Amino acid sequence: MHSFGYRANALVTFAVTILALMCGMASLSDNFNSPSPSAHVQLRISNSLTPFTHLSVLNINWFQKQPKANDEVSMTLNISADLQSLFTWNTKQVFVFLAAEYETPKNSLNQISLWDGIIPNKEHAKFWIHTSNKYRFIDQGSNLRGKEYNLTMHWHVMPKTGKMLADKIVMPGYRLPEEYR
Amino acid sequence: MGWIGESVDSIKSLQIRQVLTQAVSLGMIVTSALIIWKALMCITGSESPVVVVLSGSMEPGFKRGDILFLHMSKDPIRAGEIVVFNVDGREIPIVHRVIKVHEREDTGEVDVLTKGDNNYGDDRLLYAHGQLWLQRHHIMGRAVGFLPYVGWVTIIMTEKPIIKYILIGALGLLVITSKD
Repeated sequence: MHSFGYRANALVTFAVTILALMCGMASLSDNFNSPSPSAHVQLRISNSLTPFTHLSVLNINWFQKQPKANDEVSMTLNISADLQSLFTWNTKQVFVFLAAEYETPKNSLNQISLWDGIIPNKEHAKFWIHTSNKYRFIDQGSNLRGKEYNLTMHWHVMPKTGKMLADKIVMPGYRLPEEYR
Repeated sequence: MGWIGESVDSIKSLQIRQVLTQAVSLGMIVTSALIIWKALMCITGSESPVVVVLSGSMEPGFKRGDILFLHMSKDPIRAGEIVVFNVDGREIPIVHRVIKVHEREDTGEVDVLTKGDNNYGDDRLLYAHGQLWLQRHHIMGRAVGFLPYVGWVTIIMTEKPIIKYILIGALGLLVITSKD
């Protein structure tokens, strides 16, 4: 009953159980951080109630038809966002990306990531960035002339342990030029 | 040393009934592990509900040795999700993030492009020769949950098989010699 093996076994089992329990509790504690207005007042974040983003398409750099007849566009973006309220003690990082979303006759949904970034901590969660699109904006076909599209800011919260969370802000009403240039 | 002597004694004093009991309890352990695994497969709808991250291509989000829980639902695949996919001609599945999605109007089929967060370029170089997009059937599941470090056990066991045999041997000895 009191051999070395039994004691080691009991100790390890207990330690693993406690660790698993703590991981589970840390993951569950994320549920209390629903980005609701009251939670923000408590945290004393003055700027906004929900994470906000502001974005302007400064310039369409060029717009052309690829040799294989797919439209491609290059653009310059100004992105600013405040995602501080997404961070809790169980947050390892927030992955944020900006996607262009539009419909074409052939495709009911096209999502193209234009820019993405990893926010490692709360200090970097309020940012402003001036960039051209990081991934190529290529259509499947040639439907981009005069196309209306949404820019959507998505974020994926990666916890230190537990469940991953995701949400987005849709910014509708952008339009591409009518002509190639 | 007394411990080893005791163990040897207890092996000598085994009786047929005791051996049977041990065999049954060992069988119970193995089958219950199997039941849990199969139940997880049913619940998550993915053929491998738990995977271990083997490379650093998703750092700092997922490090080598982290465990991911997969879920395969009917929901359409969207940009930003972390999916596990199999490429034809490659044995080991890859865990990367979706950056582009094109969903067909008529058939609902999807063309998906992925990229590792820590990689410079997208995954077209990893796909089969000439393959530009992943389709639905390549994708085994999407990552929904995450547990750090635990996967190191399996990484160590696959890379140093001797440790696996020592561990199995020790466990077997423990089961045989325990007196419950």
